[in-house]
Amino acid sequence: MNFLAATGRLSSFTAAAISHCVRPPFYPRILFQQIIEIGFYSLPVVGLTTLFSGMVLALQSYTGFARFSAEGAVATVVVLSVTRELGPVLAGLMVAGRVGASMAAEIGTMRVTEQIDALTTLSTNPFKYLVAPRILAGILSLPFLVLVGDIIGVFGGYIIGVYKLGFNAGTYLQRTIEFLEPIDVISGLVKAAAFGFLVALMGCYHGYWSNRGAQGVGAATTNAVVSACILILISNYGITALFFGN
Amino acid sequence: MRDNCEPKIRIRGLNKSFGANQVLRGLDLDVQAGESVAVIGGSGTGKSVLLKCVIGLLEPDAGTIELDGETVTGLSKTSREAMMARFGLLFQGSALFDSIPVLDNVAFGLVSAQQMPKQRAQAIALDKLAQVGLDEDVAVMYPAELSGGMRKRVALARTIASDPDILLFDEPTTGLDPIMGDVIDKLIVNCVHDLAATALTITHDMDSAKRISNRIAMLYGGRIIWSGPAVEVDTSGDPVVDQFVHGHVKGPITSG
Ligand SMILES: Nc1ncnc2c1ncn2[C@@H]1O[C@H](COP(=O)(O)OP(=O)(O)OP(=O)(O)O)[C@@H](O)[C@H]1O
Ligand SMILES: [Mg+2]
Repeated sequence: MNFLAATGRLSSFTAAAISHCVRPPFYPRILFQQIIEIGFYSLPVVGLTTLFSGMVLALQSYTGFARFSAEGAVATVVVLSVTRELGPVLAGLMVAGRVGASMAAEIGTMRVTEQIDALTTLSTNPFKYLVAPRILAGILSLPFLVLVGDIIGVFGGYIIGVYKLGFNAGTYLQRTIEFLEPIDVISGLVKAAAFGFLVALMGCYHGYWSNRGAQGVGAATTNAVVSACILILISNYGITALFFGN
Repeated sequence: MRDNCEPKIRIRGLNKSFGANQVLRGLDLDVQAGESVAVIGGSGTGKSVLLKCVIGLLEPDAGTIELDGETVTGLSKTSREAMMARFGLLFQGSALFDSIPVLDNVAFGLVSAQQMPKQRAQAIALDKLAQVGLDEDVAVMYPAELSGGMRKRVALARTIASDPDILLFDEPTTGLDPIMGDVIDKLIVNCVHDLAATALTITHDMDSAKRISNRIAMLYGGRIIWSGPAVEVDTSGDPVVDQFVHGHVKGPITSG
């Protein structure tokens, strides 16, 4: 019964959020602030995680493939794994921890201190002012982050491949590009947009319906991060199956 | 000129519960145009809930609220939102927006709801800040940097910024020292007078109630059990009001 009520509340929240994303008035200044917050300030964490993931991927696949003398496939494995999977998933999870949490805390605090009610009394719809810009910013920023992460991840594999495993630089790069298809990158960017939507939606939803008191805001923050991570992994499977299922 | 008998706010049979907690149980209250009414009552008796029902932040379970003879309960969310511009609500905890400076807080309703150009809205906001005794130095500060009394003043300036004709104040003086409380009371009286507004104030500070209002109503057990001219509150003869006004421990009001 509780579960049904929560599902209903989430559905109507999602529907309202989406409908306010596409109907004026818009708040471009807040949208811009949020894009900077999500897209720009997440660059260091996303860059670091994808860099080391690309590096470890090169190392692991080299030692694995050496067993059946397929070392040449390292570059291809790195670029496909990073663009299709690791880039979007790692960026999504990192942003869930960084941005999803702060959105839930900020909006939750606004709920608890009646700032959301104050918005309403000043004839400003909180969905338009708070939720829509964050969700749009999530959808727009994540693909950009993932694109940068993809490049850094491939670069990480290149460093290990060339400087540690002794590949020829030109051959490694050629192998990287040779088997890469547009769909590999595009599917990753579609995932990124979906994850950006989910992170922002969870942050806003849990903050918006935060219970009273500091404890309520704490719980909202935790729930936002955990639910966003779970939804990212589930939808990651779904989108992969859609693109490459057959 | 409207019919004199028609109250600005007419509340009939208002009911509101949260789960098993019945907060308002058939509350009736009239506020005449230009009148300033104070509602007194103990903590947790539903005073804030009453204000939120009047302004439309909470939807009552039963009962009607009329503004100028027009029923506003049960209206769609959109038409209810359109009505917000007529109200100013001073929140119990000020509810200033932390993320923007004081000046933008005060100008918020003008810019966001009325689409006023920012410069003009800020000029008006400075004017309203001056009315509550705050200058440009405060205007550039963030709410977190202000004391409780200053936050109340900024919130008051924000409440009156769009010249509403119905003003609602939720415990304007709670948590302030007596001098600052007196200052806020005077500001409220002036604001109500300047805007020729109708005011509904909630408080459990008897001195403040008497200073602010023409009429006092006592909320107890989810209903208004007594209402009369502010000067008569000390001699109401009602045991509940007497106990509340004089702060006796013994009487019909029991704690808990
Ligand atoms: N959003 C809500 N959800 C659940 N219960 C609520 C909600 N708002 C108020 N209540 C309950 O309604 C009752 C009345 O609350 P209200 O805030 O109106 O009290 P009050 O008279 O304003 O008290 P105070 O003087 O302390 O501000 C309380 O028992 C409170 O727990
Ligand atoms: Mg209250």
